[in-house]
Amino acid sequence: MEHLKFEFKGSVRQQGCQQTTLVGVVSSGNLEVMLENVDLDGLCRINVSTSAQGFAEIWQAVLNDFVARYNLADLQISINDGGATPAVVCLRLDQAMEEYLETST
Amino acid sequence: MKIEALLDELFPVGHSIKNAQSILTGFGSTGKGEIAVMGTTDHLAVGVEAALILADFVLGIIKESPGRPILMLVDTQGQRLSKRDELLGINGYLAHVAKCLELARQRGHQLITLIYSEAVSGGFLAFGMMADEIHTLAEAKVRVMNLPAMARITKLPLEQLQELSSTSPSFAPGIENFIKLGGVQTVWQEPLAEQLDQVVGLKHGGDQRRRNGFMRHGRKLAYPIAQRVKEE
Amino acid sequence: MSDLSGIHRGHSYYEATARSRISKLLDSNSFRELLGPAERITSPHLESLGQPCSFNDGIIIGSGRLNDLPVLIASQEGGFMGGAVGEVHGAKLTGLLERAVDERPAAVLLLLESGGVRLHEANAGLIAISEVIRALLVTRDAGIPVLGLIGGAYGCFGGMGIVARCCDALIINEEGRLGLSGPDVIETTMGVEEFDSTDRALVWRTVGGKHRYLLGEVQCLVEDDIAAFRVAAIENIDKAQPLSLESLQQEHLALSQRLANYGQCQDGINIWEKMGIDDPQELPLMNIPSFLVVVENHVQGKL
Repeated sequence: MEHLKFEFKGSVRQQGCQQTTLVGVVSSGNLEVMLENVDLDGLCRINVSTSAQGFAEIWQAVLNDFVARYNLADLQISINDGGATPAVVCLRLDQAMEEYLETST
Repeated sequence: MKIEALLDELFPVGHSIKNAQSILTGFGSTGKGEIAVMGTTDHLAVGVEAALILADFVLGIIKESPGRPILMLVDTQGQRLSKRDELLGINGYLAHVAKCLELARQRGHQLITLIYSEAVSGGFLAFGMMADEIHTLAEAKVRVMNLPAMARITKLPLEQLQELSSTSPSFAPGIENFIKLGGVQTVWQEPLAEQLDQVVGLKHGGDQRRRNGFMRHGRKLAYPIAQRVKEE
Repeated sequence: MSDLSGIHRGHSYYEATARSRISKLLDSNSFRELLGPAERITSPHLESLGQPCSFNDGIIIGSGRLNDLPVLIASQEGGFMGGAVGEVHGAKLTGLLERAVDERPAAVLLLLESGGVRLHEANAGLIAISEVIRALLVTRDAGIPVLGLIGGAYGCFGGMGIVARCCDALIINEEGRLGLSGPDVIETTMGVEEFDSTDRALVWRTVGGKHRYLLGEVQCLVEDDIAAFRVAAIENIDKAQPLSLESLQQEHLALSQRLANYGQCQDGINIWEKMGIDDPQELPLMNIPSFLVVVENHVQGKL
């Protein structure tokens, strides 16, 4: 198992308080993505636990892409990954974010 | 230990336990009175026929011997692996045994299990594991599955599982591990009749296994998590 | 006034995740999760085997409303390790059943999808399943119905197959499978001559939803639509019965008769033939409404 941590400076303030969101399933080729509103002093933090070792650079690239689309501040993203492809990772991140933004109270 | 010797040791005063096609049924005399006895022998693979015989005995005890404690003697290699038993719904037959035992408990019958040889998986789950207290002989073997089969099904290397065996009581076959997890209460030493006398008549307040597993540090999470679910 | 907006039509139960089954089964927005993913209550036993955790450990539990009645619900995620039961997963399920005794909901709904004991935590899983069985029967004895729903890709096998048959009633779709030892386990240990687990038609004739319904192992056979499961669950809530000597004697008689009548049969089709069904080979091909009409007078005593 590999545990990776990534951090970005969030630039977009969250509107209202979002509820924790979870999408995906931890199975072979799939992943679970959880989004939480956490006071991180404006950062966006991403924790990845993955059974596919040695792909830190690819995660960085995928997450750079994601942050370019949604750069939310005080966002914690937690991922349990069963070896998903970058395409599936992107899909789940976007799915999670869409659901997360819908939950604002 | 051979079943005949075991029965003589458990019931020196006498018993009427019969062995028919590796299924034991009957009564035995203890220092606290007569108790009902049922179980398996010859490492029986428990199938639909055996399940019906065991269930039938329990229903008979409920009807005809109110309040009588029931001792279950376990020696099974697990459930019978056959397409025909699956076709007939063996899971329903095993559940039926479990339900009959639960009804017996609800009606005031104390349920005691002694594992004396092997206790494996579904064969153990259906009857032995339903008891208020589960004890074992030192020489007995308790497991879910043997390591090579587990390696095949999980697709994990056997060496890795063997290594895990030495560090994780949650995983490896063995009575010490089951005791640590709260699944088995104690190892019985001879004289067995005395051990049996000590437990006959004890009262219980529900399933203690999670709590025991927590106190013995074998299952650190099960008890507190279930408590949280109940309290939140 | 019940919340009719809770009805979603046209959603496959088979395809749905554990989480979306709950949201589409229960009244809209009524689900309150217990020990949700943000709590991060995961298995400590998987890391050393290189297996990623799931924030729910493969089971989602909580409370909600079904047709405006309060219910407790658990939904196993087959996609995570085959829905198999480990220490944490099992404790969530047992805790939920015990909570029901205090909270007294109208029912406990168990959305079952599991291969049984999680081998990575084998001993803890086996004991956990035994604890679930005991807790389930205590909950029923307290007068609270426990209903099982089966219909996902992973089926309901192993110790969970025994748990299933401890429920008051079972609702299954055609795609669902219910048994003890999975066909692949039997093939691996006893050989392909005993059970060819790749023969899908054979598997479904042996452990599939339609056969289980005919045998009387499950009470309801429904279309693969979460709305259909919802209707069946609502209908079955008040049919529940605690264990009694009478009901177990009835079950004993039915199981003995089943063995006597069909104990020599080697295939589901032989059993259906013996039940007096014309053209039994057509049964697997029929849609659910047609099937239910054809078999109406042949379904064995509901247990």
